[in-house]
Amino acid sequence: MTIKPGEIAIVGAAESTRIGTVPEMAQIMLHADAALNAMKDAGLKPADIDGVACVGPMMPQQIAHYLGITPKWVDGTGVGGCSFMLHVRHAAAAIHAGYAKTILITHGESGKSRINATPRPPEPQSLNGQFEAPFGPMGPPTLFPIPVLRYMKKYGVSHEQMAQVAVVQREWAAKNPRAAFRDPITVADVLNSRMIAYPFRLLQCCLVTDGGGALILTSADRAKDFPQKPVYILGSGESVETTMVSQMEDFTSSRAFRVAGPEAFRMAGIKHGDVDHLMIYDAFAHLPMYGLEDLGFVQRGEAKDFIWEGNTRPGGKLPLNTNGGGLSYTHTGMYGMFALQESVRQVRGIAPAQVPDVTISVAHGVGGMFSASGTVVFSNQRP
Amino acid sequence: MTLEPGRPRPEPTPETKHFWDGTRNGKLLLQRCTDTGKAYFPPRPFSPYTGTRNVEVFEASGKATLHSYVIHHRPVPGFKPPYAIAVVELEEGPRMMTNIVDCPQTPEALVLDMPVEVAFTKMDDDITLPLFRPAKGA
Repeated sequence: MTIKPGEIAIVGAAESTRIGTVPEMAQIMLHADAALNAMKDAGLKPADIDGVACVGPMMPQQIAHYLGITPKWVDGTGVGGCSFMLHVRHAAAAIHAGYAKTILITHGESGKSRINATPRPPEPQSLNGQFEAPFGPMGPPTLFPIPVLRYMKKYGVSHEQMAQVAVVQREWAAKNPRAAFRDPITVADVLNSRMIAYPFRLLQCCLVTDGGGALILTSADRAKDFPQKPVYILGSGESVETTMVSQMEDFTSSRAFRVAGPEAFRMAGIKHGDVDHLMIYDAFAHLPMYGLEDLGFVQRGEAKDFIWEGNTRPGGKLPLNTNGGGLSYTHTGMYGMFALQESVRQVRGIAPAQVPDVTISVAHGVGGMFSASGTVVFSNQRP
Repeated sequence: MTLEPGRPRPEPTPETKHFWDGTRNGKLLLQRCTDTGKAYFPPRPFSPYTGTRNVEVFEASGKATLHSYVIHHRPVPGFKPPYAIAVVELEEGPRMMTNIVDCPQTPEALVLDMPVEVAFTKMDDDITLPLFRPAKGA
């Protein structure tokens, strides 16, 4: 039988005790710290967990053994920073299928302190190693923005409009005591910050931090017996395109976004007007623009004006990236977990920059350089 | 032009050897699906359009346009910043990542959609990279 909207719920959610610079924890402990916090949130102990998901380089067997869990279902899906959206989707399906009852999804990354972190240079025989690496990319700041000039030309986006994304997210971050950067910035500040990879400057690139997060899922029928008000999963979607940004079929739109987003909305049975709160994984400043358009919140080319006119800022009609995002809150390397955490907080009504009356929140993630995508629709109401 | 030492070196596989043999011999070799006539890249011995093995290798014109790029401003082994990491769109359709040589690495000089042409650049005895430069007469 098809999974129904609201059939599965989040009953535990937490980030690592500290985020930002956390030199006292190796990568595996960032996973465990968040997991312990999430289990406390849910009133559970390791023996209550029967399913585990995490993303490489950390393998589910490492996390399960470290935490003392004997799982009968595991998922190591690794498609980059949105892997956790896919884990939520897969975990919901597994609970629906009866493969497991209570599933823990963890993230931990020592992105800044690099303790127990694994470097992943492209292998010279891989397609990336042969057809991208020889031309001088050095990590996401040089690869993710490669489509941006094409997007700006097609839709007439100015540098000022592209800078505004970072300005608005800083407004949200200012309200969040855990955000890494909280001081207000202007468009001029963004455009005067250090050039990283034209057209993007420092303030248009995500942070590099340490941190972790964990989620616990179970069936909605069991969820009502847990200490926290359940956060129901109404729908989800996933897709992948290519690991090579040079080979994405359209530089002005993500095919993976266009598959994952609409599928999540279809499953959830919602329309754009139903969405009270939105998270779009913002590794770089263009991601919210692509996300707004590819998910259909605005028409093609309209995201620049939508953001410029204040629709996504505090008090706007579509609050977006309300934790401050990867640009101002935190970005360990695989930020998707933090987008999910903020959606859960907003739906629970406990976010530092709480949006009034959030019933439905959408968390949309990207993996790699437009390589993959996952979308989850949450609600505090079971349909 | 000569390349700075330190640039990551591609290692051909059985599926890509013809491409790198081609660049070493001054030819930009693409593949096309013989069922649809459509060219594709990167190399693989089957058609990504139909899933058949009905494909052939052919020599591309080497003409392209500048599709998009970034200009990197931080040091990387093998490169002198600032340098552009570009994607060009070949006349035959596929796109590939490359560098634009014989051209200032500035937004003013690097104009989207400007015509470029392949500039085979030797890395060592086995590997020649298909870089691009502004098309002559453009």
